[in-house]
Amino acid sequence: MKKTIIDGNEAVAYVAYRVNEVIAIYPITPSSNMGEWADQWASEGVKNIWGTVPSVVEMQSEGGAAGAVHGALQTGSLSTTFTASQGLLLMIPNMYKISGELTSAVFHVAARSLAAQALSIFGDHSDVMGTRSTGWALLSSGSVQEAMDFALISEAATLESRVPFLHFFDGFRTSHEVSTIDLLSDETIKAMVDDNLVTAHRARALSPDHPVMRGTAQNPDVYFQAREACNPFYRKCPAITQKAMDRFAELTGRQYKLYEYHGPADAERVIVVMGSGNETVDETAQYLAAQGEKVGVLMVRLFRPFDVQAFVEAFPKTTRAIAVLDRTKEPGSAGEPMYLDAVNAFQEAADEGFSAPAVRPRIIGGRYGLSSKEFTPAMVKAVYDELTKDKPKNHFTIGINDDVTHTSLEYDESFSIEPASVVRAMFFGLGADGTVGANKNSIKIIGKYTDNFAQGYFVYDSKKSGAMTVSHLRFGPKPIRAPYLVAQANFVACHQPIFIERYDMLKDLAPGGTFLLNTPFGPDEAWDSLPRPMQEQLIAKKAKFYVIDAISVAHDAGMGRRINTVMQTCFFAISGVLERGKAIDAINRSIRDTYGRKGEEVVRMNLEAVDKSLAHLHEVKVPEAATSSVQFLPPVPMSSPSFVREVTGEIIAGHGDLLPVSAMPIDGTFPTGTTQYEKRNIALEIPIWDSKTCIQCGKCAFVCPHASIRMKAYDAALLDGAPAEFRSTDARAAEWKGQKFTLQVAPEDCTGCGVCVDVCPAKNKSETRLKAINMEPQMPLRDRERANWDFFQSIPEVDRRTLKNTVIRQQQVQQPLFEFSGACEGCGETPYVKLVSQLFGDRAVVANATGCSSIYGGNLPTTPWAKNAEGRGPAWSNSLFEDNAEFGMGFRLSVDKQKEFAEQLVQRVATKVGEDLATAILTAEQNDEADIYEQRSRVAALKTKLEALPDADAKRLLPLADMLVKKSVWIIGGDGWAYDIGFGGLDHVLASGRNVNVLVLDTEVYSNTGGQMSKSTPRGAVAKFAAGGKPAGKKDLGMIAMSYGTVYVASVAMGAKDEHTLKAFLEAEAYNGPSLIIAYSHCIAHGIDMKTGLQNHKAAVNSGNWLLYRYNPGKATQGQNPLSLDSAPPKMPVGEYMYMQNRFKMLTKTKPEDAQRLLAEAQEDVNSRYRLYEQLAARGAETASSNGSSNGDGA
Amino acid sequence: MDLATTYLGLNLRSPLVPSASPLSQSADNIKRMEDAGAAAVVLPSLFEEQLIGESLELEYHLSHTSNLSAEALSYFPEASTYRLGPDEYLKHISDAKKSVGIPVIGSLNGTTAGGWTGFAKQMEQAGADALELNVYYIPTDLALDGAAVEQTYVDILKVVKASVSIPVAVKLSPFFSNMGNMARRLDEAGADGLVLFNRFYQPDIDLDALEVKPNIILSTPQAMRLPLRWIAILYGQIGASLAATSGIHQSHDVLKMLMAGASITQVCSVLLMKGIEHLKVLEQGLIEWMEVNEYESVKQMQGSMSQKNVANPSAFERAQYTKALQTYVVD
Repeated sequence: MKKTIIDGNEAVAYVAYRVNEVIAIYPITPSSNMGEWADQWASEGVKNIWGTVPSVVEMQSEGGAAGAVHGALQTGSLSTTFTASQGLLLMIPNMYKISGELTSAVFHVAARSLAAQALSIFGDHSDVMGTRSTGWALLSSGSVQEAMDFALISEAATLESRVPFLHFFDGFRTSHEVSTIDLLSDETIKAMVDDNLVTAHRARALSPDHPVMRGTAQNPDVYFQAREACNPFYRKCPAITQKAMDRFAELTGRQYKLYEYHGPADAERVIVVMGSGNETVDETAQYLAAQGEKVGVLMVRLFRPFDVQAFVEAFPKTTRAIAVLDRTKEPGSAGEPMYLDAVNAFQEAADEGFSAPAVRPRIIGGRYGLSSKEFTPAMVKAVYDELTKDKPKNHFTIGINDDVTHTSLEYDESFSIEPASVVRAMFFGLGADGTVGANKNSIKIIGKYTDNFAQGYFVYDSKKSGAMTVSHLRFGPKPIRAPYLVAQANFVACHQPIFIERYDMLKDLAPGGTFLLNTPFGPDEAWDSLPRPMQEQLIAKKAKFYVIDAISVAHDAGMGRRINTVMQTCFFAISGVLERGKAIDAINRSIRDTYGRKGEEVVRMNLEAVDKSLAHLHEVKVPEAATSSVQFLPPVPMSSPSFVREVTGEIIAGHGDLLPVSAMPIDGTFPTGTTQYEKRNIALEIPIWDSKTCIQCGKCAFVCPHASIRMKAYDAALLDGAPAEFRSTDARAAEWKGQKFTLQVAPEDCTGCGVCVDVCPAKNKSETRLKAINMEPQMPLRDRERANWDFFQSIPEVDRRTLKNTVIRQQQVQQPLFEFSGACEGCGETPYVKLVSQLFGDRAVVANATGCSSIYGGNLPTTPWAKNAEGRGPAWSNSLFEDNAEFGMGFRLSVDKQKEFAEQLVQRVATKVGEDLATAILTAEQNDEADIYEQRSRVAALKTKLEALPDADAKRLLPLADMLVKKSVWIIGGDGWAYDIGFGGLDHVLASGRNVNVLVLDTEVYSNTGGQMSKSTPRGAVAKFAAGGKPAGKKDLGMIAMSYGTVYVASVAMGAKDEHTLKAFLEAEAYNGPSLIIAYSHCIAHGIDMKTGLQNHKAAVNSGNWLLYRYNPGKATQGQNPLSLDSAPPKMPVGEYMYMQNRFKMLTKTKPEDAQRLLAEAQEDVNSRYRLYEQLAARGAETASSNGSSNGDGA
Repeated sequence: MDLATTYLGLNLRSPLVPSASPLSQSADNIKRMEDAGAAAVVLPSLFEEQLIGESLELEYHLSHTSNLSAEALSYFPEASTYRLGPDEYLKHISDAKKSVGIPVIGSLNGTTAGGWTGFAKQMEQAGADALELNVYYIPTDLALDGAAVEQTYVDILKVVKASVSIPVAVKLSPFFSNMGNMARRLDEAGADGLVLFNRFYQPDIDLDALEVKPNIILSTPQAMRLPLRWIAILYGQIGASLAATSGIHQSHDVLKMLMAGASITQVCSVLLMKGIEHLKVLEQGLIEWMEVNEYESVKQMQGSMSQKNVANPSAFERAQYTKALQTYVVD
């Protein structure tokens, strides 16, 4: 049997790809990688077991994927898909159909939480449980090996039983765990898949050569009977599945049971569990049993069809107490599903006389592990302990502290069953430094060059920039069965020096363990650089301490900030996992294997890094006593609001697991504006303003993705008390004559992307390499600039009524109400989002489609959507991925209805509040900031009067009165939403005529899930699911919207023409009807230097690849052509733009001939599209407006 | 009319050879060149630095964006192989060899000794008839003396010559203290030909953007004076054949270079401006002039106006400078 080291997703895809012909895919975390593997193999021409390359097709949604699979199955192909969570929910309608038609099929699901009070990408069984009534068999695997095995067993079982199978495994814990497993051979796979059954499947297919029909409509007379006709198949399904498991055991030696009991034959206490929790319970039970405890585990493999008899008969006859653990939550139910099944099973067993335990056991149910919450041996022990009680707690929770309804069981966190034979290691790194990649590589090295088994699991924080990763690695002589995080690590490595002041990384270091620190300090100074708690722990644990200046070593080897190879070398050199010389040799060989195809120079640099690492690795002698007086930094300032201190701060510090239920908002409601308290200090360099060179154009602030650059004009008197080094100069704008001006950077919130410097148009006259804003090292400037920033914050905001918001240099003075998000350094989306928040944020309500913008916009711990000094700011929510336009339209309908009712009520109470006030309120135009300010004053006056009025209308009006001030509804999302999954809804909303503003952050790819192709992806771009370059052109969403004639449409690229972007946003919002802004957003998924992101905007427009235009239906009503084409004819070849970006360029390195052809086609796309727009923009107004008439009042 | 000439030991039907330029990047163009009468073609240079740069760039974009977040472990599909090395260039050589009958000369700019020899060998194996070493080198290190710079040229030539058996020409700049001595050293080191001269693209300043910008300016006919002088001086003094390049726009220019001693004339700017088919015009002009002036062959005129063979050899020397100035008449 060939051993391999892969993760769960690859293990499943490996089998699914080999036994299917049509694979319909759609990205959703954590299942996306399965589709990516399938697509990659297909593009490489890998064949399935029948010698043909499966068709792998990306659909527009999971609903679409399920539909395509259904169609493929019905016409006789073997077909599959991969999904999770909300995606699985979208497949449910088709799942009923597929099972109702008794169709052999397998869906593979990386089980994940459902969005309820919040979205979560992590693992539990909520999604799978949502399908348990669909008539699908639900087969659960609990490890990477099982995931591969069950992928095959489910295929064999579905072909024979005709019951479709949903094979699921725990999202992240299994899907992303890297593990040593036995790879199934093609012979084994072939032996499990009976060609006769495949033929039978084909024989049932729809074919005009032997036509039948399915999908009829049935009536009360027969539907019921027809629904019962499938019963024999469900009755046979468990036995067929067991038969497949037995056959599999014959082939591989790995025997599985539908309900698999492990433990002593005389066990009294049994835990019933499903999924990756199996191994944790099993290992703990074995540990406890070895100490004489009568405990066992019953692993549920086949959850549906639920075989009551087999389930009950699997328990030892001595069983007295059972705890059923469900990894899901069904509020309001009598219990979670598996618990209810167990209770029911024992009832039926008694009724039917099955061979059950002599005494009917006590059964309790409990919830664990929601959203990948840790599930450890300590928790398992607590459950077993609970079962010893006379009255064990039912409907319990384990792993959290429920101090509200007191469901939780207490557990002893220090309880550990980790054997001494297993080496455990933890690595703290940054996403961008290569730590995770290096660890995956180390696992492969150990797997390849030793007999050890290996396991790797990787934890990421929720940020896209400066994200911390923690790698958990185990190596041991036996298969690793520990699907939980490492504690008591023998080796802890800190790959980033900034972590030492923030995170208590040594709490998990085992006594006598080794700590490796990447630090700029040499062996003599490193000790003094540690905070006191770290020093104390190193001393108390008698730890070994090593240091290396990895940044310098990597830099000298030409590898920039990629310290992966350096730190990997150090790990092998000191961990003792492998003999040192052998390890270094293995790393070198691995470097050649890994990097060889990327060029000799890359190999050379890495080999050099290995050599240099060993020369720079030093052991530091741990002194007898701690010397430092420095403590860990508090996660948030002590002056923060209490919720931020007590909840947000704890999450930031990594203590979120310890927060009790009472600390949590009951309904998912969180305060906005909390990123300001999370001082991440991730920038190595920050921009510093040169007031003498600055022309005060505001461009740097405009493009700053993190709202870290602010501008204010203010009275000189306000400078009293300013810090000595606070910079200020005379304001240049005529309107601010006599005032002072400051441009200030938030030093601890800036990510150091450098976009501001790149875009700055002003150059120092004596030293042209310098601009009006220049990057300088953050560390030495942090204190100075923090003081400057604090003082800057104390200067009042400029009165919005006085600002000319049509010119950037003044508009940028508006306070951003979207700040310091966790988006990537140099993000191309956030400047647009920030602009919305500046222009309209104090009266905006935002519907945000799931995607990057909902993650950097709404992922805990902190929230970037903020409030102004009056407490106003955007109210934000994310519903789903697919329904965002409809969700936002609901906002509009609701706001309009409440406004209408409020106006009616104002009329009713007019005499009581004063006719003049009522009339003024009802007739207010609210077209500009001054109008809105006035209306707010009137409404405030109205509310004061209403409070004093006793009548019912006044009381009704009071909570509605704020609706009398104009509200701005924004619907924001990416191209995956707008072009694909949400397009139907978006189209409907645009056609509705309602006053909503749609902002499409068009990165031309599914950015959040890792760069999968969308219909916005341009021709020739390489993306996931388009490894050979996208063959089709980009969908023209703007043209579709314009075809209604009633939709304001703008296509903008802020780096190409920033004033144009500003104008479009203002016009879109002013248009009293639906507006669509399609915003070119450069993205990390384009393969660019993010610092120069805006240069890509310029090139995109100059090459004609991206058009700037505005289509304003309001102009048609004034007899003008509504379309203004705002970009000049293409003046550079499209290839010049395309090959600035790796997404296009890499095709020239993989398929140069295709690249050349697609380039020529892309040029033709550009030429013809420009000609078309040019013609449309040149048409007479009468013709131009003939395809629709505006229902709006124009801009 | 006998236009035949010999360059690098290759027998060519005429002295008209398109030089290394973007024009010869396309196989179609090379065919068109042959059809228009080109006697050989020099392919655009393979820059080792560029290959390394592309490989590093690809590695950066693939690795720098991997494992950044739980949802996006990567942003690009990884391919099992990348065509990063000189494969495209080598394929271009072999494709060109298949489609045309004229000699195909590969051009190489290396950055490492291994690069120079490795790529040279690969070009030879791909079917190149000869190599042109494009030593495009601007010494900006003020500590580096002229001797060291000169030695670099010689060393490169030697390692390449030792690694291939096809003829090797060196394309060099005129910026040596003693150009003639440099030419002799290269000749002695085994150069089969010298290409005079490499036109370095000189930077320009953009006053609006306050940036230094590479600004490609096509050659003007005046540019031919410098190679003309040195070819005339070197003719007959070294064994390597001489190729003239820079500023050759008309058939008269070709004639002058041949008379100075060039074996071939490499043309580029004029083809970029007037199209590949302009080669026909040049050839026709050459023939017409030779007919009118009763020349029988190119060989007959080659070197006829070299320093060795003209009545007034000092015309090619510095003394002429003073004379030229003294006789200059202001309009």
